[in-house]
Amino acid sequence: MTEASPAKAYSLHLGVIALLFALSFVLPDYHHGLIARIMVLAVFAMGYNLLFGYVGLLSLGHAMFFAAGLYGAGLSVYHLGWSVPAAFLAGIACGALLALVIGVLALRTSGVAFMIVTMMFAQVFSLLMLYFAVWTGGDQGLVVQQAARVLTLGGTTLDLTNPTVRYMSALALFSIVLLATLAVVRSRYGRVLVAVRENEERTKMLGYDTFSNKLAAVVVSGTICAASGAAYALLFGYVGSSFASVQYSILPLLWVLLGGAATALGPLIGTLFMYYVTDITSGFTSAYLLIVGVALILLVLFFPKGIMGSIRQRWLGWLP
Amino acid sequence: MHFGPHLLLAALEGLVTSAVLALTALGLSLVFGVMRVVNVAHGEFFMLGAVLAWALSTAISGHPALGFVAALVIAPLIVGAVALVAERMVLRRLNYNPEATIVATIGMLYIIQQLALTFYGPEARPVEPPFSYRILLPWFGYSGYKLSVVAASALLLVATWLVLTRTKVGLLMRATQYDSETAQAFGIPVDRVYGGVFALGAMLAAIAAVLIVPISQAHYLMGQDPLLLSFIVVIIGGLGSLRGTLVAAVLIGLSDGIISMFFSPTLAKIIATLVVAMVLVFRPQGLFGTASR
Repeated sequence: MTEASPAKAYSLHLGVIALLFALSFVLPDYHHGLIARIMVLAVFAMGYNLLFGYVGLLSLGHAMFFAAGLYGAGLSVYHLGWSVPAAFLAGIACGALLALVIGVLALRTSGVAFMIVTMMFAQVFSLLMLYFAVWTGGDQGLVVQQAARVLTLGGTTLDLTNPTVRYMSALALFSIVLLATLAVVRSRYGRVLVAVRENEERTKMLGYDTFSNKLAAVVVSGTICAASGAAYALLFGYVGSSFASVQYSILPLLWVLLGGAATALGPLIGTLFMYYVTDITSGFTSAYLLIVGVALILLVLFFPKGIMGSIRQRWLGWLP
Repeated sequence: MHFGPHLLLAALEGLVTSAVLALTALGLSLVFGVMRVVNVAHGEFFMLGAVLAWALSTAISGHPALGFVAALVIAPLIVGAVALVAERMVLRRLNYNPEATIVATIGMLYIIQQLALTFYGPEARPVEPPFSYRILLPWFGYSGYKLSVVAASALLLVATWLVLTRTKVGLLMRATQYDSETAQAFGIPVDRVYGGVFALGAMLAAIAAVLIVPISQAHYLMGQDPLLLSFIVVIIGGLGSLRGTLVAAVLIGLSDGIISMFFSPTLAKIIATLVVAMVLVFRPQGLFGTASR
């Protein structure tokens, strides 16, 4: 990988953010809503990418972090009547705490065992959400009422159900996380993470405490995913156990693989691409899962580096 | 019913679960043991077996036993062929890289599930048992078919064990499992062993499904639970240990039957999954396995 000049990298990403901002004014209603949703889910994918792409830890249980944020925010609004910022923070806190506990346990294993353990913890989490259906709404889920999704800042009131406000909130979250992950992976700490991925034993021998570095990565990744979940609950007003299912652990993996693991923009590209592919194909077939399955197999067979990964390899070596 | 007979009934139900689970988990364990591939699509091969059993038994008229026997022979063969094709076309090209194969088998899971939904539909459909003899116990009558499932499964497990320990094919498989590179150097066709083992693993799942389908109906989502339970059994039993797999299957099946009878099935699943995750975290070689090399 050639050394990236910081100015070039940051201007590319600020350009993407500016483009998304500009799109808000020209997109037709349907796509406007879709892009807002994609940006929130791209945050989920970015959180996943931090762990999978940079540290090389393949988790099959990230749905639990997303769902922790989703339920943490959704339930505190629904049952406790908390305000939007408090609920958002509550969601993030739930995800961070869960990630810390899961990280301490799951990082005792590695490789295949790590994947299975994370999948099992996520399964337990999802079953718990079904078991406590009295509070979580179980399969049916809960709809957070419009009245509860109003943000009061100083004197101004922002209604999160308004499409423009929703789009801009999603964009704000997306931009913060994009720039933050970019800063993290370009920092000294980010380089240690890549070193762990490339050769953990050697990194350990060079004097780095790989366990606490990996644990920190799990917590940061889980927190980002929880932020995405919390935003989803507050912006789209639905909290349901389907978001905790195995499928939602597989989807971020698919998005990241498609977009390109260990690239900053890959998660967005992957989520965008996959969402539009399913959106277009759902017009003439209901076999949505078939497409996901075929995409996964073709990706691992022919494009293990994903879209942005291939672009970086062929043309733009400086791409972060 | 009093507590005693109730417990007996729960234990019998648990034993049937154990029998089917042991076969399914054995398939998963063989594939992991020999090929080091975590086959996430294993549950879908199970489902495919059940769906094919329904298709075959409805296609063949006459006595239900006729259709059942046909299903017991043909369904595993079809499933084995599907698995072989998948192995040749996808897994072999990935060089059995552990992470890539997990992603690929997740893809297979979705493809098989969606195809089953498209062509078979979302309904759960029953298959008639080959015979309906009820064994009368002093407290309740119990289905003779269910007990014959236990017997059939035990027979198949013994047969697999004999193949693994007493035949040339079994020797080739064990040699590949122990050290595939050395096996290759000694002229063992490792590549073909891999193909065969993957097909065999899928066939074991399909047989288990054909056996269980007269008791629980065929449904396109029925592969999820066997997959999770098989993982649990394989992990607790220790990977590649046939004896461990059997003991763990009986343990899990019985406790699942008994806990589900007295508590909520969801709670039973939560406890079992959590216990297994903890086993994997604190004792990765399983309860019966030896530490890996």
